[in-house]
Amino acid sequence: MTSEALKSTITALLPEAVFEEGGEWLALQLVPEQWRPLALQLRQHPELGFDFLFCVTCVDWKTHLSMVYHLRSTKLGHHLVVKVKLDRSNPAIETVSDIWRTAEFNEREAYEMFGVKFLHHPDLRLLILPDGWEGRNPMRKDFEDPVNMIKL
Amino acid sequence: MVEEIGTNEEGELVINMGPQHPATHGVLHLVVTLQGETIKKIEPHLGYIHRSIEKMCESLTYRQFSYVTSRMDYLSSHINNHACAMCVEKGLQVEVPPRAQVIRVMVDELTRIASHELWWGAMAMDLGAFTPFFHAFRERENINDIMEETCGARLTMNYIVPGGVMADIHPNFQKRVKSFIELFRSKIDEYDELVTGNIIFQNRMKGVGWISAEDVVSYGCTGPVARASGVHSDIRKLFPYEIYEKLQFNEILETGGDSFARYMVRMRELRESVHILEQLVDNIPEGEFQAKTKAVLKLPKGEFYQRVETARGELGVYIVSEGATTPYRIKFRSPGFANLSALDHIAAGGKLGDLVASMGTLDLVIPDIDR
Repeated sequence: MTSEALKSTITALLPEAVFEEGGEWLALQLVPEQWRPLALQLRQHPELGFDFLFCVTCVDWKTHLSMVYHLRSTKLGHHLVVKVKLDRSNPAIETVSDIWRTAEFNEREAYEMFGVKFLHHPDLRLLILPDGWEGRNPMRKDFEDPVNMIKL
Repeated sequence: MVEEIGTNEEGELVINMGPQHPATHGVLHLVVTLQGETIKKIEPHLGYIHRSIEKMCESLTYRQFSYVTSRMDYLSSHINNHACAMCVEKGLQVEVPPRAQVIRVMVDELTRIASHELWWGAMAMDLGAFTPFFHAFRERENINDIMEETCGARLTMNYIVPGGVMADIHPNFQKRVKSFIELFRSKIDEYDELVTGNIIFQNRMKGVGWISAEDVVSYGCTGPVARASGVHSDIRKLFPYEIYEKLQFNEILETGGDSFARYMVRMRELRESVHILEQLVDNIPEGEFQAKTKAVLKLPKGEFYQRVETARGELGVYIVSEGATTPYRIKFRSPGFANLSALDHIAAGGKLGDLVASMGTLDLVIPDIDR
């Protein structure tokens, strides 16, 4: 499906969707409440069929956090980037780990590195960091560790 | 963290496998819950080799950052560098000279062979056959020698840089690749004779660690793991980069979805890689090996995503640029991370003794998972 067709299909599902121009793929900006209902649609809608969540990450923009989901349809071959703006002091968003199983580990990584809380996640705990790191989020821009971090 | 070995409330045995287990190849720590001999749950504990490469990259320039990525999937270091270089080139809109493109693809394929060889040797060793390890390393040494001559390194090459390759190939390169191809063709047959046809080996792999095509996609598995379940996932075919479009090779697909299918995909891929090398070794175009780029690279404001097919699957490099000399945020979508996340699903319900076969055929490289 072309970007234009994708755009109109998604607009029909979510009229208040805000699209972003200029990237390699069609990008969509959402608020956290819109994400989970749309995610279900993206996965199940026969013309969309986004079955492969190939990249999940978070970006710290200092004023807010942004979750970035890269989606691809293995059958139809089109791509979509979904960006969800989160409050930096209390970032929370619904999990999609039951829609795409790969999200379970990726969300755990975003949780420990950025402090994003994934609501209704089956097992939200530290994945890579050792015990005792709860509440300290090393990938945030204002994280300081004078002992272990070497500044170049 | 499980402090003690013992039973939990349901009377199940909880044991630690790793981080120093010989079959976890590196520092992977699995907490395995067992009911008798049957696996109930596998919980990976990561981070023993976490270096926060993504954070490090935020303070490295676009010329520097690919050096740390050689240390992610150290068996595919060329291909990691390739992904980073292509992502930067995408941002700068640099055209890579044809000579550099061919050299890049050749070293990529040599890396893939070396990686699959190491996997094959280690995999057979995990299942109790010690000799294949030496056979695999004997041939892998030839590739390391070729790399050493051209790149100056044997493992972390850092040879592919934005704009092309760091230096021209060594005068002996073509000659040595040719003699390697000749040698290796007969060796693959030998590998098949030694291991693939072995009935004990087949019995330990067939029907073990099965995963369906739907689950492969849902868990985000790529590379040989996905192709063994019949999912098209070869980035070289799906989203061709460099000169892969013009080359003749097949995407290897199996439909078994079990450990043996994953084994067969990699064994057949060895032949395809050799076939790619054969097409290129006499056809390296003359010309520049590096495009002219500025000394200090600055990517325009925006987001860039580039993916390549490493020996383990789809590696994605996602750069968020604010127009500075360093990336604002960089994310490596590593194939091992996604493949590992499916381990619990693959091995649960099976026997503890089969775990090594399931895990071995996922071809996990721990630094690639931890980053």
